[in-house]
Amino acid sequence: MINVQNLTKRYGDLTAIEDVTFNVEKGEILAFLGPNGAGKTTTMRILTCFMPATAGTATVAGYDIFENPQDVKKHIGYLPESPPLYTELTVTEYLGFVSKIKGIERKDRAPALTRVLERCALTDVRHRLIGNLSRGYRQRVGLAQALIHNPEVLILDEPTTGLDPKQIIEMRQVIKELAGQHTVILSTHILPEATAICQRVVIIHKGRIVAVDTPDTLSAQLRQSEKVRLTLRTPSPDTADKLKTVAGVVSVFEESSADGQVFMVECELGRDIRTELAAQAVRGHWGLIELTAVRLSLEDVFLHLTREEPKQEESKEEVLKGETS
Amino acid sequence: MRSTLAIMGKELRILFASPIAYVVAAIFVLISGYLFYSIVIYASSQSMQIMRVQGALPQINLNDLVFRPTFHNMAVILMLTLPLITMRLLAEEKKIKTIELLLTSPVPLTAIVMGKYLAALLVFTLMLALTAYMPLLLWYYGSIQWMPILTGYLGIWLLGGVFIAVGLLASSLTENQIIASFISFAAVLLLWLIGWISQAVADTSMGSVLTYLSIGEHTENFIRGMIDTEDLVYLATLIIVGLFVTHRVLESQRWK
Repeated sequence: MINVQNLTKRYGDLTAIEDVTFNVEKGEILAFLGPNGAGKTTTMRILTCFMPATAGTATVAGYDIFENPQDVKKHIGYLPESPPLYTELTVTEYLGFVSKIKGIERKDRAPALTRVLERCALTDVRHRLIGNLSRGYRQRVGLAQALIHNPEVLILDEPTTGLDPKQIIEMRQVIKELAGQHTVILSTHILPEATAICQRVVIIHKGRIVAVDTPDTLSAQLRQSEKVRLTLRTPSPDTADKLKTVAGVVSVFEESSADGQVFMVECELGRDIRTELAAQAVRGHWGLIELTAVRLSLEDVFLHLTREEPKQEESKEEVLKGETS
Repeated sequence: MRSTLAIMGKELRILFASPIAYVVAAIFVLISGYLFYSIVIYASSQSMQIMRVQGALPQINLNDLVFRPTFHNMAVILMLTLPLITMRLLAEEKKIKTIELLLTSPVPLTAIVMGKYLAALLVFTLMLALTAYMPLLLWYYGSIQWMPILTGYLGIWLLGGVFIAVGLLASSLTENQIIASFISFAAVLLLWLIGWISQAVADTSMGSVLTYLSIGEHTENFIRGMIDTEDLVYLATLIIVGLFVTHRVLESQRWK
């Protein structure tokens, strides 16, 4: 459905994205993951024909983004980072306007409007001015705008930023329901989000793709050690040293929390030392209140892959690209 | 065409949803009305004087005495007020990033530029229509010739069309509305002031070029009651150039 080949975008001397290549199958949800200023928005803007690329090609829904931008635009729904809303219009007026510029035939406009109002749960606020709506509703109007012409491809730039936890869950639910009928690319810097709603993840860092895979595979590949989280209410001063003597332990990190001291115990891959740790804690009367095996989350994968990022350069990229976080 | 109308409709809806269109129209009608009133008072006192001297009802030409200065006043007021209508047209879209919606929708850039231009032109036409009471009043109580008034209105309408095209161009250059309005005001003022310099160097070829470029020179004939093809071509060219450059500016901004 979407085929991206060696896409490169330069702003003067600065390279925003370089050699970005990936494919998205029909009906798939793909997450674009990366720190702010990694090139997520740039890639999306190129795919939506908002700006041209310096080099490389891409096809969306079978149309080339350089040869047939108008056809590509017809088949894409795009929700930019800040939803493009006219605050002076009511929800219905706004969506009516969007349906006209998206080229929906006159007779199909009313049914299309009813459909998106329902799908995005906007029916109750349809006569209100957009300027008077809360952030969550505005985001939903933004999504409705992207959906109104029933596009094959949806490109959502950070669809959940600025929403409260309940709205985030609702938004994710809506996006999940879109899979199958629509092909979705969404960008995010929130990792659990990618794990929660996407089949595949593209990790982009400093304009280059560093990994493309399912969240599970990625975390499996990068697991180098097992971690156990140990919370103790009354540890003794030599607790850390004693924990290190347990067979298989590689390192121990200590930090304090509301419940007591937290010890992150790292041990060799494929070894389960939880029983030994529990026994040790009981023997020392450390007041054991929590003992959990920590799985490597996408977060760790992400940090691992983007570890050696020079901070300075990143912030510079951000400013020049005008990508606001 | 359909997308042009869609953009125009949206633009009108927003112009009338915000107070700006009403405020600008009210100020325009108020100030031009006040000046019209003072001109009429002056004209009537003058005709009284003539009557006293000649002892008979004078045949004064209201077109010359009242409407020529009134049209000149309108031109100056429009120079000050139309930038307020045009300043938000593109600057606002860029500021609140709705330009992303327009540029990622299957509408040609021409439709965006034309839709916005026509919306502002329509508002301006309505503003101008509100001043129709002036000739109607003098027609009812006095005697006027309609043709010079209609050509005068045509001239002012075309002049406003140029101001709007220049304002739209200014609005495409920045995302700050204040700056946009200031640029368009300055540009229009400059077009006007060229005429003053040309008078200083009147006899040289430079002078005739400057005279030709001055916008005031080309509306003068309309106000006098003449439609000259040269003036039509000049004003239409300015409008087309303004719209074309706006189109190019928007296109080039995509590549940055």
